[in-house]
Amino acid sequence: MLQVILFNVTNGLIIGAFYVLMALGLSLILNLSNVINFAHGNFLALGGYIAFVLTPIIGFWGALIIAPFATAMFGFAIERLMIRRVYARDPVYSLLLTFGFAYILQDVCRFIWGPNGLPMTIPDSLAAPLSQTLFFITWYRIFMVTIVCIAVAGLFAFLRFTRIGIRIRAGTLDLETVSVLGVNVGMLRSMNFAVGSFLAGLAGVLAAGQIGLNPNMGDELLMPSFIAIIVGGVGSLTGTLLGGLMIGVASALTTIFWPSASEAVIYLIMLVVLVVRPRGLMGQEGLMT
Amino acid sequence: MTSTTTDVAPPPTGSTTASAAGSIQSWMTTAVVLVLLATVPLWVPLIGGYTALASRVLIMGLAAMSFNLLLGFTGVMSFGHAAYFGLGAYGAGLTLKYLAPSTPLAILDGVLLGGIAGTLFGLLIVKRRGVYFAMVTVAFAQLAFYIAYSWDSLTGGYDGLRGFARANLHLWFTTIDIANNGTTFYYFVLAVFLLAVGLQAQLLASPFGHTLVAIRENERRARFLGIPIERHIWLSFSVSCFFTALAGALYALLNNFADPMGLHYTLSGTIVIMAVMGGMRAFWGPLVGAALFVVLQDSISSLTVNWMSFVGIIFVAVVLFFPQGLLGVLQRRGGK
Amino acid sequence: MSRNHSYKWGRRELLKSGVALAAIGMPSIISARAETPVRIGMVDPLTGILSALAASEVEGAKYAVARVNKKGGILGRPVELLVEDSANDVGTGVQKTRKLIQRDKVDVILGDVNSGIAYAMMGVTNELKVFHIVPGGHTDPITGTDCKWNVFRICNTTAMDASAVTGELVKRFGKKFFFITPDYAYGHTLQANFIKKLKSLGGEYQAEMLPINTSDFSASLIKAKAYKPNVLLNNMGGLAQINCMKQFTQFGMQKQMGLGGALFELESVRAVPAEAQTGTWAMEWWWDQPKVPAVGAFVADFKKATGKTPTARHWFGLVAIETVRLAAERAKSLAGPKMSMAMEGLELPPEISLSPNKAFYRAGDHELMADIFVGDVHPPKRSPDDVFTVTSVVTGEKAAGPVSETGCKMVHPA
Repeated sequence: MLQVILFNVTNGLIIGAFYVLMALGLSLILNLSNVINFAHGNFLALGGYIAFVLTPIIGFWGALIIAPFATAMFGFAIERLMIRRVYARDPVYSLLLTFGFAYILQDVCRFIWGPNGLPMTIPDSLAAPLSQTLFFITWYRIFMVTIVCIAVAGLFAFLRFTRIGIRIRAGTLDLETVSVLGVNVGMLRSMNFAVGSFLAGLAGVLAAGQIGLNPNMGDELLMPSFIAIIVGGVGSLTGTLLGGLMIGVASALTTIFWPSASEAVIYLIMLVVLVVRPRGLMGQEGLMT
Repeated sequence: MTSTTTDVAPPPTGSTTASAAGSIQSWMTTAVVLVLLATVPLWVPLIGGYTALASRVLIMGLAAMSFNLLLGFTGVMSFGHAAYFGLGAYGAGLTLKYLAPSTPLAILDGVLLGGIAGTLFGLLIVKRRGVYFAMVTVAFAQLAFYIAYSWDSLTGGYDGLRGFARANLHLWFTTIDIANNGTTFYYFVLAVFLLAVGLQAQLLASPFGHTLVAIRENERRARFLGIPIERHIWLSFSVSCFFTALAGALYALLNNFADPMGLHYTLSGTIVIMAVMGGMRAFWGPLVGAALFVVLQDSISSLTVNWMSFVGIIFVAVVLFFPQGLLGVLQRRGGK
Repeated sequence: MSRNHSYKWGRRELLKSGVALAAIGMPSIISARAETPVRIGMVDPLTGILSALAASEVEGAKYAVARVNKKGGILGRPVELLVEDSANDVGTGVQKTRKLIQRDKVDVILGDVNSGIAYAMMGVTNELKVFHIVPGGHTDPITGTDCKWNVFRICNTTAMDASAVTGELVKRFGKKFFFITPDYAYGHTLQANFIKKLKSLGGEYQAEMLPINTSDFSASLIKAKAYKPNVLLNNMGGLAQINCMKQFTQFGMQKQMGLGGALFELESVRAVPAEAQTGTWAMEWWWDQPKVPAVGAFVADFKKATGKTPTARHWFGLVAIETVRLAAERAKSLAGPKMSMAMEGLELPPEISLSPNKAFYRAGDHELMADIFVGDVHPPKRSPDDVFTVTSVVTGEKAAGPVSETGCKMVHPA
């Protein structure tokens, strides 16, 4: 039994890593621009499909690098062309706008690549399990977790040490002051949106290798990512990180005892957090109001 | 985060204004709406519609108008109204299936299930505003979705709740056949709709309704005036949920079916776009939006598999080009 | 499906009320034509997770309509197929069914791949007395406890599929089963039928119920490995089934146990990498039947017309249309009750059944008794779609068991 629990905790951390990647991107955009990107799951799918197209040309490793950048550029363009036009308005408009994008992107993916699932080929070296006893951990899973760790570390370093990163963090706290200090807030938001899209694209490539491609592939990750943000506490990226891992593990542990409830449990966690600690694990008081 | 300072929508018109011109206009609008609704079975086939579609328009219109009590008249953004709609549907369906073959009882139970769930959940979230309110409401709706989805033995799970049918109405002097006659059922839905919408109009005209608009216009000022903001928002949320659940109960009766997709967040988004598309500051706006949306979706999805793109484009176009909605634009033009 | 549209704009007051805008995009009444076509309405989930299967069914039906029209149509009238998307949503499916019957005046309804929607549609078609064929929704009650006089089904019940494949699995691997099953009606009935059959053969089992759209199966596979079964039954559908297969092979479990289940449709087999194209499964129709002469000609013609190898779903669509033709010609009418009586016991001619044994609609439950092909899935051999080798053919009648076991009590209108 203990072994099964340990297996599942490991497994939950791996699933949680996906939630984290999605949720961090959403969280970045939410914190700076006050926009919930409902199309984030479709950005993920787009990243996966771009990698699928690129793999035969430049190989898996090349696609792993290029596809997230392509997704980031796409996000950047969408932000410049459309989303920036609704920042000054009631939040209902940004929600509806991204909601509409979600519909369009899903349909475009279906139109181009068809409704069928497509397999994504990963290098053979990654498809094998670690060993006989650790059969449930393939090298691909180790690889995914490593990439997620690198991405998360990279993101935090980016926010701490680069000029844009510092400005993004400052803007999250007080956008008006940052603007008065002469920072081009419009460009800052676009860059920030691009970074968020990059993370979604990266998650898309990794997910494609794990579960294959289909036009709806991001949908199931979107809501858990919301929960990760709420549970972790809005405004705190560290909180989002913890929240994502937590619901991943909780979901995996529930699978042992009551598999049918493995999805519902993360929403129950959210409800408990809202009752017991409304600002979330790491959220600051008052930010969510 | 107060949304009111960044609002672009025009000052309230329609049923909330006291000006004589506005009130005549709103009476005229109401009269036209009523005449059109009462004669649906006569003219709908002429333009290529069918009665069941009209019933659907009314039901979605009721959901959007109920939702709009919150968005348009209180200024609070819920993105999870599918939860109360769907719970209303399940409440009605479960009653018909397990308790008694009574349509009024089914509606009552649906309304209570959705309304009470909304009221309780509202307690937890009244302090949230803006996108954060939207985010927790959408997450709650997904909780309801997964419960309906996973509780197979009660709700029928993924396949939906089936094996029930709306029952005829037994009045003391006669029996009305709504079970098999689509046209009679349409008039039944219309009666319930008008009753509900009449109550909503009364509510908005009351001091409570005026307070809600005051909160929408400037929450901080309302707070300084000593208005208990949280309690009012909570009440508004609760009322909105009760009415949305009513729409959901009717939806279950229309289809003789309830399924988890009635709780899914895509439906929440649909309800929001209907309200915004028709005009969230106009009383009848959401109904107009619902008519437009339901009919467009129905006809586009018959013409092309890629209807999702068109629906998405509707969303984007409304946001970028018609943020005040159809009635908002017309009212503004009429006001000049 | 293209139609003419008239855009009717009302006066401004009407426009203001907005309801008049309902006129946008609505087709005007279709003007009467010299020769009224026979209209067949098809509701299928063209969008959503089942869209790949739905696309094949619609394609098969369209192919059949062209074929029927070339041979003079139905009752001497041309056939028109109206396809509506149910979007994998019950409310939409029901609404589209009403639309097809009440506005477009279709004579027959086909659909839906999603058995929940098919079931809800049955309520409408039964109420309006319209003839209804369910080509590919598998849940048992449709031709079982909730069977209706106006509804016929082409694909098998889960009981038939389970019964056909269990014997082969026991013979090949042994009597200890581990089930991975989706937690909804289809999964429940399928698993229950497997267990019933397995118990009758003296076997034992352990089972795991998972949400229908599960993408990670490692937890369940760990349990399966600990149980050490002879064979793992993957009852998941669509993408979940594919991911379960992939993880099964990634974990190297194919060396320790057999793999199989009820259905692994060609649409799904194509979507998995070669290493996951494995296991013992049932196909409800298979394109490669060298011993049946009609099949080769059909496959060649279908490829010429569509560029694709026909799948079981294509065949469902084809059989649905051809059945309408046969029933209408036998009844000399398109009225629901008459067609229904004509169809009971109707045997499909070889160029439609396209399988070794005879196929007919059983009168007692309106289920098509067609051959079930049991065999092995493998990576492509001679051609890209040569991924399945038939090892045995079980007749539908044998797999279905007697009508009394289905729970169907057929009641015809007076």
